[in-house]
Amino acid sequence: MATRPVEHPHEPHAAVAGHGHAEASFFKKYLWSTDHKVIAFQYMFTGMAMALIGGFMAYVFRMQLAFPGHPVPGFGVVSPGEYNALVTNHGTIMIFWVAMPVLLAGFGNYLIPLMVGCDDMVFPRINRLSYQIFLLSTLVILASQFVRGGGFGGAWTAYPPLSAGGQYNLTQISATMWVIAVALEFIAFLLGGINFITTAMNSRAPGMKAFDVPLVVWMIVTASILFMASVGPLIAGAVMLLFDQTLGTGFYNPARGGDPILWQHLFWFFGHPEVYVVLLPALGIVADVMCVFARKKLFGYRTIIYTVIGTGILSFFVWAHHQFIAGIDPRMANVFTITTVVISIPIAEMCFLYIATLYGGSITLSTPMLWALGFVAEFLIGGVTGIYLGSSGADIYFHDTYFVVAHFHYTFFPIALLGTFCGITMWFPKMFGRMMSDKLGKIHFWGTIIPVNFIFIPMFFLGLAGDHRRIFDYSNFPDLMRPPLPALRILATVSLVVMWSFQFVFLYNFINSLIRGPKAEKNPWRSNTLEWTTESPPPHGNWAELPIVYRGPYEYSVPDRAQDYWPQNEPA
Amino acid sequence: MMGVPGAGSFAGEIDGLIWLVTVLVGVWFFAAQGMFFWLIFRFRAREGVRAQYITGTEEHLKRWINIPHILVILCDAVIIVAAIRVWVAVKQTMPPADEQVRVIGQQWAWTFVHAGPDGKLDTPDDIVTMDDLHVQVGKTYQFLLESKDVLHSFSVPVFRLKQDVVPGRTITGWFKPIKTGTFDIQCAEICGIGHGVMSGRIHIETAAEHQAWVQGHAPMAAVPAAAGEATH
Repeated sequence: MATRPVEHPHEPHAAVAGHGHAEASFFKKYLWSTDHKVIAFQYMFTGMAMALIGGFMAYVFRMQLAFPGHPVPGFGVVSPGEYNALVTNHGTIMIFWVAMPVLLAGFGNYLIPLMVGCDDMVFPRINRLSYQIFLLSTLVILASQFVRGGGFGGAWTAYPPLSAGGQYNLTQISATMWVIAVALEFIAFLLGGINFITTAMNSRAPGMKAFDVPLVVWMIVTASILFMASVGPLIAGAVMLLFDQTLGTGFYNPARGGDPILWQHLFWFFGHPEVYVVLLPALGIVADVMCVFARKKLFGYRTIIYTVIGTGILSFFVWAHHQFIAGIDPRMANVFTITTVVISIPIAEMCFLYIATLYGGSITLSTPMLWALGFVAEFLIGGVTGIYLGSSGADIYFHDTYFVVAHFHYTFFPIALLGTFCGITMWFPKMFGRMMSDKLGKIHFWGTIIPVNFIFIPMFFLGLAGDHRRIFDYSNFPDLMRPPLPALRILATVSLVVMWSFQFVFLYNFINSLIRGPKAEKNPWRSNTLEWTTESPPPHGNWAELPIVYRGPYEYSVPDRAQDYWPQNEPA
Repeated sequence: MMGVPGAGSFAGEIDGLIWLVTVLVGVWFFAAQGMFFWLIFRFRAREGVRAQYITGTEEHLKRWINIPHILVILCDAVIIVAAIRVWVAVKQTMPPADEQVRVIGQQWAWTFVHAGPDGKLDTPDDIVTMDDLHVQVGKTYQFLLESKDVLHSFSVPVFRLKQDVVPGRTITGWFKPIKTGTFDIQCAEICGIGHGVMSGRIHIETAAEHQAWVQGHAPMAAVPAAAGEATH
């Protein structure tokens, strides 16, 4: 089975115009590089380091919720102010400094040039600048944890007047740093997005038509377009918030003619498409992995692309479902209930097509495939529970409860955890030229996916029982202290600790495989897409001779062929 | 609902909607998961068996997507209609109120202004309390929500009621208690470091209990004045 694909015979180190292959200094090679792969690693490693920080924050506040008032090992006693700072920064970091850099920027940078068959991004220096600004934003958000007053405590949605007034949030310095960090992060991703879109549109290999592009590239490009189209109003909103905080303007201050709900519109007009900005790259990764390990063509490749575009467009018309009870005109809720439930139409179609892709396959449960299948199974829970919240009448009860927390974690942990691990275990051989341990990978998978359900399923029931969000100690609410609610909180926390402990298996496997893993061949998974036709890892410039494309990316198990795969660059 | 009693007139409608959604999405959820795991099992890799070449454009296979999809759209329509009916009844309708109550949020306490013996707000006999709201079972109340500082959210889980409180506005709504007892009032919108202690209690009393409470708590100076007004 371990046959290697037919390769173009070529000189391994033939010079490609515009790319020097001389050994550069460490600084030039890893810190100041314009190579899309190095920038991808910078984004990925920064994002994964931030995941450890954001995850640690979750551990601290979950311990406080399970055992209120007791010192948390590794942190100490949690004060109400610290609790607010922890939940605020956990949310902010996990969305803006983990999911986006790893899934969008990390995999986008790594995969787009390799999958469309070009030597680098169209604007390599803008790409480098993008990461540098992102790094600066990372430093600002990290520094904001240590200023006087502590980290920002106004929730990741930063609703004014709480976020606008230091007298209200008591974290004046970090509130301003939070706005600056988020705005810088947006600038970084605008620069990155320009690159992704332009590269995928202009630099495809000869012969590669739009519908020969792997789904993950389609998804990342669509996500970039969604991001760039939705973020503008929020950048304007962030500037107004910054002025309210520092110059004493009154954009969101009703006493001076402003309106606090304006921010909510600007935030969620971006915030809802943002869900799809991080979802789509993960969906793309999962699709590509499922095809490889089921040896199947994607069921309805074009239909999936149309549903993605449909979802993207609809995602601009659903934002006010976050604001049903915020004080907007109640009649508006009816419009947004309809648009919100309607978005389930393309999403349901897409889920069905993913499931149908398995039909007639030859499924091997390797580690990347386990993550991909886990993604589909878990994301379904996040999807169907969204219907409860989109139904305006039911949202009156569910709004701002743990039901909401459980729902969006059932969308975000498949994205940020399962999608990321799926991508890393899939492309690790290409990225680092070595194989990861499949056995440790499976231990990590089961050690993550089982406890993660025991974290969040109890939260659905806590939300149904009335637990509201961002409360550091429920003992002030007699109705919320009745059995079994405290036990459910402890169950969620213990499961989090168990899940956390299995992440060390991943870290060990990652580092150990990096150093001692068996050497990877060019195409260990017998995949069709172009990145598998170059060396593992690919050199600067990617190919000695750029590939030519003859067919789509999912021609697996084509009848009357000896091999069950057919690389895109192999002449017919 | 998870042991939360329904003590308000529209709690039953909201619970009914939640059950409807549960049944409709539950069927699809278990069908999809069942199909998913069955396919993984059925099409696991076996020696000598090659995967089929299916593009997803075959009519006889597309049916398996299209028919369920049409049924999903029908379920969506049912859910939209049911959700909007409940929403309109709770949030867009204002039944004639027997009494008004003003609810004021501030960092980090609730102030309740009860109408007092004369049953009217903004008269000298109003009863002002912190964190304790007293209402009479069976009466329809109109509430007036105000905030002194930041956003708060007036949340009474036993009523299934929640409404954000916005500074600079007076937001109105209604509830009608149908069951006596004492229950939590929450602030459901983060409002600063004291958000977790911004708790209140609602005391739903019988007519006799409520009258006794009103008489016992009306401001002393206001009682004769109100009585005097009534004689004119």
